[in-house]
Amino acid sequence: MSYPLQPDVFNDDVKLEPIRAGFGRGLKAAGAANDKIVALCADLTESTQMHLFRNEFPSRFVEVGIAEQNLVAVAAGLARAGKIPFASSYAAFSPGRNWEQIKTTAAINNQPVKIIGSHAGVSVGPDGATHQMLEDIALMRVMPNMVVIAPGDSIEAEKATRAIAENGKPSYLRLAREKSPIFSTDESPFEIGQAYILCDGHDVSLMGTGAMSYQLLKSAHLLESVGINAEVVHVPTIKPLDDATILDSARRCGRVITAEEAQIKGGFGGAIAELLSEKMPTPLKRIGMQDRYGESGEPNELLDYFGLTAEKMVDVITDFVHNTPKYHQEY
Amino acid sequence: MSGQLTIRQLEQKANDIREDIIRMLEAARSGHSAGPLGLADIFAALYFNILNIDPKNPEWPERDILFLSNGHTIPVQYAAMAEAGYFDKDELLTLRKLGSRLQGHPERERLPGLESTSGPLGSGLSQASGYAYAMQYMDNIKHRFVYVVMGDGELDEGNIWEAAMFAGKYKLSQIIAIVDRNNIQIDGSTEDVMPLEDLREKWESFGWHVLEIDGHNIESVIDAASMARAITNRPSVIIAHTIPGKGVDFMEYDYKWHGVAPNSDQAKEALKKLRTLDGKITFEGAGVE
Repeated sequence: MSYPLQPDVFNDDVKLEPIRAGFGRGLKAAGAANDKIVALCADLTESTQMHLFRNEFPSRFVEVGIAEQNLVAVAAGLARAGKIPFASSYAAFSPGRNWEQIKTTAAINNQPVKIIGSHAGVSVGPDGATHQMLEDIALMRVMPNMVVIAPGDSIEAEKATRAIAENGKPSYLRLAREKSPIFSTDESPFEIGQAYILCDGHDVSLMGTGAMSYQLLKSAHLLESVGINAEVVHVPTIKPLDDATILDSARRCGRVITAEEAQIKGGFGGAIAELLSEKMPTPLKRIGMQDRYGESGEPNELLDYFGLTAEKMVDVITDFVHNTPKYHQEY
Repeated sequence: MSGQLTIRQLEQKANDIREDIIRMLEAARSGHSAGPLGLADIFAALYFNILNIDPKNPEWPERDILFLSNGHTIPVQYAAMAEAGYFDKDELLTLRKLGSRLQGHPERERLPGLESTSGPLGSGLSQASGYAYAMQYMDNIKHRFVYVVMGDGELDEGNIWEAAMFAGKYKLSQIIAIVDRNNIQIDGSTEDVMPLEDLREKWESFGWHVLEIDGHNIESVIDAASMARAITNRPSVIIAHTIPGKGVDFMEYDYKWHGVAPNSDQAKEALKKLRTLDGKITFEGAGVE
C-alpha cells in the first residue's frame, strides 16, 4: 500500500504550515468529540495553539500561569478525576523543567495525561539555545508507559492529537513553531506505533521523524539524479517504535540513515541504533544535533548550519552510500 | 462510615496504628519512623471519622479523596487502611518487600485505595488542586472534599507554592490541606535548614484560610476539618503541630529518626512504650473501654 503524498510535495512552493497549527485544530475537534477532554496551559495559550480549544470550550480550559511543575501535576489530578488533560507549553519548559512530575504523577500512575511540547528543535530560531529543545525525545522515550510522537506535518499533527486523545495512555506530542512543508494528505494513514514508507528504494533506508521526514523525502528525490535509489521511512511514533517496518526496511536496504531535529544521543537516532544493534546490526549514520546546543539565527539559516536540510543531507547520504558496504546480520 | 467511634476509641485506633507502624518498619528493616508516628492521630481521625469512604469499594465514585504528598510517611496510611479494612493486617508486614503491594513509597496502580503515586516531594497539592478544580468548575460536585497531607519540610519545594497560588486564585474551597508541622527534616530542624515561619502568614497571603491545631488532639483534628468544610470561598490549610516520633519517647523530637527504622530491640522497647500508653496520647482519663 503506497502512502498518499501531496502532489506539490517536490515543488519549490510546497504548501507550508506550522505543525502546531494541526495540534490546535486536532484538540478542538477532539474536544468536540469527547467532553472529558480538558486543556491546561502555562501562559503560552496562543503560541501553543490552545486558544482554539479555549475559545470553543472556555469552561474546560485552565490557565496555570508560568509554573510547569504545577501544570503537569494539576493535569494529573484532573486525570484522576476522570478527565483527559492536555497540558501545553514550550518543550524547553515541559518536559524540560518538570520531568519528575511527569514521571511520578503521569507515567508511574499510568494516567492519560498529554504533554504537548511546542517549539521543539533549533528551528525556534533567534531565541537561542535555552529555547531550542533538543533533549525532549531522549527524556520522554526513556520513560516506561509513555507514548512519544513527533508528527511530520500539520495534517499528521491533527491526526496524532485525535489519536492520543483516545489512547488512554500518558503521551508526549512534539511540535514545532515554524512553518514546515506539508507532505501528507487527509487520506494518508496515521496510527500510533506505525511507521510509514513514503517511497520505496534499495540503496539506503532514510528514516526520519518530525519535519525531518520531509527533508529526507526531498533528499531521496534529489538523489535520483546521482543514481542513488533511497527508501524513505517516516517514523512519527518514536515510542512504541514500529520494529517490524524499521527492521524490514533495514534488511532490504542494508544501510540506514536517521534524521531528527534533536540530539542524536538518546534521541530518535539513538532509538534506531538500539533496535538495529540488538536485532539486526546494520551500518548506520545519524543526522541531527551532534551533542551540542543550538544558537541564535533565522530558522532556515540554523537548519542549514546544522545540516538539517535536504541540500545538506544529500552530500552526507551520498558519501555514506559510496563508502559503506551494504551489510546486515540477522540475529 | 465509622463516624460513631468515640474520641476515646479513635485514640485507641491511633495507638493501634502506631503499633502497626513499629511492626511494619521492624520487618522492613528500613523506612521512616518519626513522621508516620507523628501523623497517627491525624490518620485515625481521617480514616475513622473525617473521610467519607468505603474500604470495600475503594473506587466508590462518591468518596472523598486523600492525596498523601509526603509519600515517605506512607506506613501510617497503610496501617490506617488496614485498620479500616482495605486489606488484611497481615499484609502490613510485606512493606518494602519484593512483590508487595505496599511499596516503600506509595504507588497507586499497585494498591486500590491510594489516589496517587508520591515520594518525590511537592506535587500532591497540585494534584489535589486538579481534582478539586474538576469538582468545582467542571462537574458541579459540592459534597465531596479533597484532602492532602503534606510535610513541613516538603514546603521547601517550589512546586508547593505554585499550587498554593493556583488553588488560591481559583478559590478551590473543597481542598483541605493538612501540614504536618513537626519541625524536622532530614538535615535538622526546619527553621535551621530553610525557615518556614511565618507559616500562617505565608498561606494567608496566598489566599488560604488557615487553621492551627494540636495534631495529636483528635477532637481538634475533626473540628478543624469540619470548620474547613464550612469555608466556601477559599481553600483551607490545617497547620497541625505534631511531635515527630510521638508515642515512642526515645524517638520523639529527634530528627535522626526521620529516615530510620527501629531494629528488633528498639521495636520491642517501642511497642512496650505504646502498650503502656494505651492510647493516652492526649486523653488523661480511664483505660480501655
